[in-house]
Amino acid sequence: MNRLLISILIAFMAIINSMHAKTITVCNSCEVTSIKKAIALASDYDTIKVKKGTYKEYNILVDKPLTIIGENYPVIDGELKGEIITITSDNVTVDGLFIINVGTSYTEDYAAIRVQKCKNFLIQNVVLEKLFFGIYLEKARDGKVFHNKIIGDAIEEYNSGNGIQLWYSKNILIEHNYVERVRDGIYLEFSDDCTIKNNVSANNLRYGLHFMFSNNDIYRDNTFESNGAGVAVMFSKKIKMYNNIFKENWGTASYGMLLKEINDAEIIGNTFEENTIGINIEGSNRIVYKNNNFINNGWAIKVRGACYTNSFLSNNFLYNSFDISYNSNINDNVFDKNYWSNYTGYDLDKNGIGDVPYRPVKLFSYIVNRTPETIILLRSLFIDIIDFSEKVSPVFTPDNLLDNNPKMKKIEW
Amino acid sequence: MLKILKYSFYDLMRSRWSYVYFAFYLLLGIVLLFLNNDLSKAVITLMNVIIVLVPLIGTIFGVMYYYNSKEFTELLLAQPLKRSSIFLGQYLGVAISLSMSLILGLGIPFVFYGLFKSTAIWDFSLLLITGTFLTFIFTALAFNIALSNENRIKGFGYAILLWLFLAIIYDGLFLMTLIIFEDYPLDKVSLVGTMLNPIDLSRTLILLKLDISALLGYTGAVFKQFFGTNFGLMVSFVALVLWVVLPVSRMTFKSKKKDF
Repeated sequence: MNRLLISILIAFMAIINSMHAKTITVCNSCEVTSIKKAIALASDYDTIKVKKGTYKEYNILVDKPLTIIGENYPVIDGELKGEIITITSDNVTVDGLFIINVGTSYTEDYAAIRVQKCKNFLIQNVVLEKLFFGIYLEKARDGKVFHNKIIGDAIEEYNSGNGIQLWYSKNILIEHNYVERVRDGIYLEFSDDCTIKNNVSANNLRYGLHFMFSNNDIYRDNTFESNGAGVAVMFSKKIKMYNNIFKENWGTASYGMLLKEINDAEIIGNTFEENTIGINIEGSNRIVYKNNNFINNGWAIKVRGACYTNSFLSNNFLYNSFDISYNSNINDNVFDKNYWSNYTGYDLDKNGIGDVPYRPVKLFSYIVNRTPETIILLRSLFIDIIDFSEKVSPVFTPDNLLDNNPKMKKIEW
Repeated sequence: MLKILKYSFYDLMRSRWSYVYFAFYLLLGIVLLFLNNDLSKAVITLMNVIIVLVPLIGTIFGVMYYYNSKEFTELLLAQPLKRSSIFLGQYLGVAISLSMSLILGLGIPFVFYGLFKSTAIWDFSLLLITGTFLTFIFTALAFNIALSNENRIKGFGYAILLWLFLAIIYDGLFLMTLIIFEDYPLDKVSLVGTMLNPIDLSRTLILLKLDISALLGYTGAVFKQFFGTNFGLMVSFVALVLWVVLPVSRMTFKSKKKDF
């Protein structure tokens, strides 16, 4: 009860505050011609309106709860001198700015917008170009990054930054952003309880989305296209991955999704299309893969080792060069009720489930794992013959790695 | 030589086997396109077929033709004709008619399907070029075998063995070598290994063009670096040409010496 009263009081105060709040307009011919000056003049909860024009400013420090709104995308040009906007106060909104020319440094991570140790911020409708780091959230929480466009021009990994970076941040919503040509599209490090949805991350040098030591996050309905690797999830727990599209991550060392030391995750309803490796799994346990589509990948799933108690249920494996690659003879993972386009069995009782179990690991994929050079024999008649003989009587591939209930028709959901 | 070529060619054009061969490819092309609805996919499937079937048919047909027309050849030998032109004429007649069946049989359905508007046209032409090369290579090899063996059964046996070796056993040996020597750098070895076998060479050429190269990982990168350049492409075509020229020259050499 007390809590409710306090929150009502706070809301009330906020309303009173907002009634008091004034608007400061910034334009090239106005009284105030720079954003820095406007911030200095402003008091708490004021609004700063930036009119169309070019403002050559950097190191703008926002240390009061302000709303900065750009009209018709005013350009803030950092002239490659350093960081552009640094937010250190709670309750800041940045809306509708066009920020270019962030400085590049090898010792400091200059960002277009950095949010430092604060809460309840909102960054929306911002366009960033020629950047080093884009939006950098540092020990921030309860904020929202919405509908921004980040277009980098990264060529080398070592001298480029990430589009949206979260570091020790909590409960952040990242929605409807478009990130391309940076190092990592979206990067989460030590960041928990974040939601990432409806974003598009394309043509990035390294990863479209990258998790490190981040737990309980959820990402859904995103598209990851033509990145070095679509998504890398590493050393994290309880990540939920729903309905994302991973496509055309194609190259000699490219993945749709890279899982390393991941536990208790859920991967449901995703589409992996035309990736060199759909999912690369290493040291990951208790993961549920359900209702995913694997279409036209080189390898749909590559299991590297130390993966236990994972379950692959009701997925579609369509026209992949290799469905599953496995490098050990021990199998503790479950494959059940998937549809495999390479399945050649029959269904006499017409219940939609094949009467012969399907073995997803081919002998050739086992050989390729051992000696990668042998892949040049791909699609040779000899390989087809040994694959067939292995299928009839498995010797090298794990004996119990089979789908006992392979579906006869593609699964729709 | 041209006269003999023309005669062999027309003779074969009239024969049932050319039609069967032609009809087979026609049917294959139509069925593939009908089932796949995707040109580039169809090209991949077609590659699998061409790599295996073209050499087989080339060898069998070459040997068969030589033995069947032996009496006629002997009749020709009694005439004032150069031996090399007799055999070259016959060889070219067989090889050209087989290649024509292949090109027309596959080409017609693909053209009707809209090949010229598709991006797969280069892959498809590469497929046909390698197919033609394979026909020429294996017919030449077949003529060599037939010339060296009077006994038909032996001749057929060797021909099938040759096909079996190059299409299957070679890859098996290749695989064994790669696995046994896996501790050593193998890129060069595998490169040379593919160069030495025309079937492997054509397969690799087509695979690399079909953008499966990324699948091949590090080895693929080495291959791409080699075959992707004009130099690599030249070298592999030279290798294919050599595979035609060497058996043909042995054939003419042998035919000059042979006692009929």
